[in-house]
Amino acid sequence: MAMKRRDFLIVGAALGAAGLGALSGCSPTEGAPARAEGGTPGRHWGFVVDVEKFNRVADMDKIRSVCAQAYNIPSIDDPKEEIKWIWEEPFEDSFADMDEAYLPDAVKESGVPVLCNHCEEPPCVRVCPTQATFKRKDGIVEMDYHRCIGCRFCMAACPYGARSLNFSDPAKHLDHVNPDFPTRTRGVVEKCTLCSDRIDRGEAPLCAEASNGSILFGDLNDPDSDVRRALAQSFSIRRRASLGTGPSVYYVLKGVEEHA
Amino acid sequence: MYKGKRIVAFAVVFCAVVLMPFWANAFGASASSGPEVSTDTPAINQMDEKQCVAQTEYMKSSHMQMLDQWRTDVVRNGSREYTSDSGQVYEKSLDGTCLGCHSNKEEFCDACHDYAGVDLYCWDCHDGSAS
Amino acid sequence: MLEKALHGSKGYYVWIAVLLLAIAVGVAAYANQLMNGLTLTGMSRDVSWGLYIAQFVFLVGVAASGVMVAIPFYLHHYQSYGKIVIIGEFMAVAAVLTAVLFVVVDLGQPMRVLNVILFPTPNSMLFWDMCVLSSYLIVNLVIGWTVLGAEKKGFPPPKWTHVLSLIAIPLAVGIHTVTAFLFSGLAGHDYWLTAIMAARFLASAFAAGPALLVVLCLILKKTAGFDVPRKALDSLAKTVCYAMIANVFFFLLEVFTAFYSNVPGHKAPLEYLFVGLDGHGQLVPFMWVATALAAIGIFLLLVPKFRHNYKTLVPALMAVFFACMIDKGLGLVLGGFVPNTFEQVVEYAPNINEVLVILGVYGIGFLVLTVLCKVAVGVRAKEIAPAREHGADGDAAAAACEEPAAS
Repeated sequence: MAMKRRDFLIVGAALGAAGLGALSGCSPTEGAPARAEGGTPGRHWGFVVDVEKFNRVADMDKIRSVCAQAYNIPSIDDPKEEIKWIWEEPFEDSFADMDEAYLPDAVKESGVPVLCNHCEEPPCVRVCPTQATFKRKDGIVEMDYHRCIGCRFCMAACPYGARSLNFSDPAKHLDHVNPDFPTRTRGVVEKCTLCSDRIDRGEAPLCAEASNGSILFGDLNDPDSDVRRALAQSFSIRRRASLGTGPSVYYVLKGVEEHA
Repeated sequence: MYKGKRIVAFAVVFCAVVLMPFWANAFGASASSGPEVSTDTPAINQMDEKQCVAQTEYMKSSHMQMLDQWRTDVVRNGSREYTSDSGQVYEKSLDGTCLGCHSNKEEFCDACHDYAGVDLYCWDCHDGSAS
Repeated sequence: MLEKALHGSKGYYVWIAVLLLAIAVGVAAYANQLMNGLTLTGMSRDVSWGLYIAQFVFLVGVAASGVMVAIPFYLHHYQSYGKIVIIGEFMAVAAVLTAVLFVVVDLGQPMRVLNVILFPTPNSMLFWDMCVLSSYLIVNLVIGWTVLGAEKKGFPPPKWTHVLSLIAIPLAVGIHTVTAFLFSGLAGHDYWLTAIMAARFLASAFAAGPALLVVLCLILKKTAGFDVPRKALDSLAKTVCYAMIANVFFFLLEVFTAFYSNVPGHKAPLEYLFVGLDGHGQLVPFMWVATALAAIGIFLLLVPKFRHNYKTLVPALMAVFFACMIDKGLGLVLGGFVPNTFEQVVEYAPNINEVLVILGVYGIGFLVLTVLCKVAVGVRAKEIAPAREHGADGDAAAAACEEPAAS
């Protein structure tokens, strides 16, 4: 055999490369589209929060607990590691960039529900290196917990603070597990799913159902939907819309007129 | 050869150790007979025709690929219905469809996974009722 | 050639033992983090990147600085850099490796890291960062090793290494530009959302990296008799000086834009860093120390009398190095998260486990650097005086650089 050491190494490297190529063919998602296709095309699901009514009739604790029970959201006391899908923040903090000095007290002192805005141009989707977070055809920004590597780029990119990392095993912070929805593992990011599983079954999101009518849900593309009619009638704002994210959660300030 | 004896001696010892599984099968007691997998669950016993979502042989060899594809379909593509070769429609759901029939995780899933030395973490998040 | 790293003086073995100990501690701490999650760090939902990513950003800069030696040498045939270009390349290898390790330890699900390759996502800057960082690492390692191998045999290096060296130049600029894009492309953090970010990153890198390189060369000269032309070190010191001036200038541009425009979002992070915001100001002392270090460093480097004297040159370079480390490591990454999306100030302090992991990662980085320098110096020493082979060692390669590991 006249094969020299150098040739042997070259052949070996070539074979190794071929083996790697064959391995990549075993990719479990081979044939699956790289981009998500889910959701009904043409729809654009969104929320309209009636701020005044929300403060009058809604029970945030109830909304949070309905959401948490259905989606197995752990309750963690440490504010640094809290998992938040929907929660209440003061109006002034949520709309800090508005900086209006003489708002009516009713607005100034009100709280608003905040959640993932399911943006039209979601920064989290743009930055995710694995497409673990993606946008469905109906506008819902979804998470694939199987694929998330926990780099938290999305948390840095989200201008709404709507994303939470499972800093530790969430199972430790769950009293009761709903077997119909998976729990999460530590090290992955999670957020509100806009109840995409319920929407796929033709049901409304839980927070809208539990809000005593203060959170409207519907198709923003449909001019006859509840949400569009509400928006046509009143003055509405969105959080940090100037960033170009196109939030799908609107806040109606009817209270301004009533209290003025 | 430089230190030839030692090299040969260690080569023999190395081969003996590395080929241990073959020695065990060739000279040892009977080779392992494979896992005992049970399909004895209330849901399966009630079925007139005991039929999974695909042929048994395919399920044995490729259920993991199918589950992986289902996962991608449901999570990413919003496709939740699976039509089997026999035309029957199933929900693509590990919790609902698979574990609905195969409710005996220990005798069915674990029996084979343990035998094959496969360590899964599906159940860390799915089928909370079992935990 | 690796055998050169297996023999050394007593000091060399002690230094290696110290590094191995640091690595062991780091590995244990990381195992702890793997078992319990990132809850063992000081990070939170508001400050979601901490010291790990800060070290990553800083070290990418150190790695990119190899180009400050490569451009004069390969493009302008500045022969004085002939001796140190290999040290620059090996320092880049160690720095990139350490930087990438910091990203890995930062991940919540590190075993899934290959998803970045399995699902390539061109719209994510992290994907591009992976591409340029891995290319830069491989290119530098291949060039350095091949050139040294040829030198050992007494041959001129093969032609293709020269081509690779030219490819490494845009890659060096690329790694730091893309790393800056990780931050400057994010709406919602006003401190990061600035077009000058990449330029600022490069200026800071070209100050901190060559500063470390000069100190490294001086240590190798002292401990291993590594031959460095005085002219090369002086040129590098000038590079450090001008790059640091550019770095400070770019930073002052940010200060002007924020405060003259009077836009609250742009002022808030700077206020947080330098005077404190809403009663929170744990980074204030660090930033003023960095400011003082930058001023001292620039002054000493500008005056030829001080620059030519090793007794003042080394402190000047260290001052510049640590000023950049604080500015880019602590200030830039942590400051960008303040205030949070609800205009509240949430602070970050590293956890002890996190610090031990950092220690371990730096241990790995310094081990790689030490071994590579030992090999380089060993090959050179043989070339010059074969009898010296056993005495040559790069043990203190990192002795003076021990401090960054502790910070």
